[in-house]
Amino acid sequence: MKLVCPAGNFPMLKAAVDHGADAVYIGFKDDTNARHFAGLNFNDGTSQKAIRYAHGKGCRVYVAINTYPQPAGWARWQKAVDVAARLGIDALIVADSGVLAYAAETYPDLPLHLSVQGSATNIEALKFYHHQFGIKRAVIPRVLSMAQVKQLAEQSPVELEVFGFGSLCVMVEGRCLLSSYATGESPNTCGACSPAKAVRWVETPNGTEARLNGVLIDRFGSGEKAGYPVVCKGRYQVAGDTYHALEEPTSLNTLELLPQLQKAGIKAIKIEGRQRSVAYVSKVVKVWREAIDQCLNSPETFTPRAEWMAALASVSEGTQTTLGAYNRPWQ
Amino acid sequence: MKLSLGPILYFWARHTIEDFYQQCLNSPLDIIYLGETVCAKRRSLKPSEWIELARALSESGKQIVLSTLTLVEAGSDLSSVKQLCKNGELLVEANDFGAAQLMIEQQLPFVAGPSLNIYNANTLKLLHQKGLIRWVMPVELNANTLADILSDAQAFGIADHIETEVFSYGRLPLAYSARCFTARYRNIPKDNCQFVCQNYPEGLPMHSQEGEAFFTINGIQTQSGRVQNLLPHWLQMQQLGVDIMRLSPQSNQMQEVIQEFNNHIRKDSQSIDNQAILDGENCDGYWRGSAGMDKLKTLP
Repeated sequence: MKLVCPAGNFPMLKAAVDHGADAVYIGFKDDTNARHFAGLNFNDGTSQKAIRYAHGKGCRVYVAINTYPQPAGWARWQKAVDVAARLGIDALIVADSGVLAYAAETYPDLPLHLSVQGSATNIEALKFYHHQFGIKRAVIPRVLSMAQVKQLAEQSPVELEVFGFGSLCVMVEGRCLLSSYATGESPNTCGACSPAKAVRWVETPNGTEARLNGVLIDRFGSGEKAGYPVVCKGRYQVAGDTYHALEEPTSLNTLELLPQLQKAGIKAIKIEGRQRSVAYVSKVVKVWREAIDQCLNSPETFTPRAEWMAALASVSEGTQTTLGAYNRPWQ
Repeated sequence: MKLSLGPILYFWARHTIEDFYQQCLNSPLDIIYLGETVCAKRRSLKPSEWIELARALSESGKQIVLSTLTLVEAGSDLSSVKQLCKNGELLVEANDFGAAQLMIEQQLPFVAGPSLNIYNANTLKLLHQKGLIRWVMPVELNANTLADILSDAQAFGIADHIETEVFSYGRLPLAYSARCFTARYRNIPKDNCQFVCQNYPEGLPMHSQEGEAFFTINGIQTQSGRVQNLLPHWLQMQQLGVDIMRLSPQSNQMQEVIQEFNNHIRKDSQSIDNQAILDGENCDGYWRGSAGMDKLKTLP
């Protein structure tokens, strides 16, 4: 079971590699990847340096080109694939079928991973991507229960990678348009969810308001910690009740499921968070490296250490974590 | 321009569903999509009964299409999808690549539903080569992107073999989750949901703390708070090459909506009551290339 870690820039990549990542994933400085944030990601020069560093330490490098190009941007996605292929990376992480077809035809030797944004949650969908493009691996959305993951892994024609830790998407990835409904930009079209440019913080006598393109997403009292207004994690009114109608600000943490994931034959665990910091990557990768090693050595007796859980909670949204959809009661 | 009726997105009782489609048989619709596309637990009609109903309706001369589940997780979900895909006769709308795969394997034509991610003509071409004969544009795309896709499709020589359909009326299907938000609202677990979504035939409105209609909860699906209404844009759609406008069933006054669309696109295009559309809780932002929730401000 390999550990796949986020790298939003070179220092983060270095931290991930140094703390024991088996692979790191990066994106280019444009909307071809799902973390298209200002100041983040790699250009030609930094990606070459990144790959040299990672490969020098035996760590693989994946490039995410995992948004959905529209005709006006098609050439940019095509170029991103060309650039990535020439860099000598270990796999491309792709969502769009058109881009997958281009990569498979042009660079038949370059391994393809289906991005979580490809939204494959069942065996027939995996077969589609495998038959059409020969994908080697698929990252599966955060909507399946542990039993469903197990079942899928038994039948899958490709390796499966699952999310282990990080921000939790409540909706099936690749098919969530909440952000573009509110702001015009979505993960699929722009590589952004609830983009920062649409966020406005307003101090009022009733507390701090977090607005997204003008819509009040949440309001925080003086003692409350104000979280980033991700559209699915706001407090809304449903029939007179005000609550987190979709999900609370919380992060996914599947550390305790590691032995089950290993037994199910899951090939890789992905850590979310290219938009986070060097400190985040260092802390999270260190914990997961230790945990995976311990799980591989003695799966029967594996239990998450209290200090691991505390370290992960400290970098989680709302400092709380959940097993998410893996755990039926969450659903 | 043809008119289609999308699948019922809410959980209605069996007799309501049957009555609704009986009424639709006498309406000016050309195409009717039916099937459970949101939650596999909803069983007003079992897959075999949807197929039976579809066969009966197809005698009317309207084109009847079976529409598959969007988020397919459990093995049992997939069995239902397989049943529809292997009905042996009627056209199928694939709402997930799993369903598309099942149609491709059988070398049968299929419709790509709005949640099958087709954002460019390269993807459209690839799927057309595998059997796609019609696609419903992803709801977040805009008129300019559609024009580009159709122009590329023309260059690929496939445009004349593919029909284009646009979600033109109804609450927009925006997201799907493992979690049931209606059950969450009622504080009961999804595994014992008691089918509470049956109590909300047009979903459960979700407002901002300032009372703005933002989203609509419909079981595991999240919809727009506003109703998207693209009727004022119908002529532009026709000029772009859109073949079909899709109307999504709402529980109130749906027959009137169908009539209104029909009147305008087939009879008297000048008589659209734009003011009524402006005054209502309607949106058309996606089509104009802005936030989906944006209300129609100026008339086209």
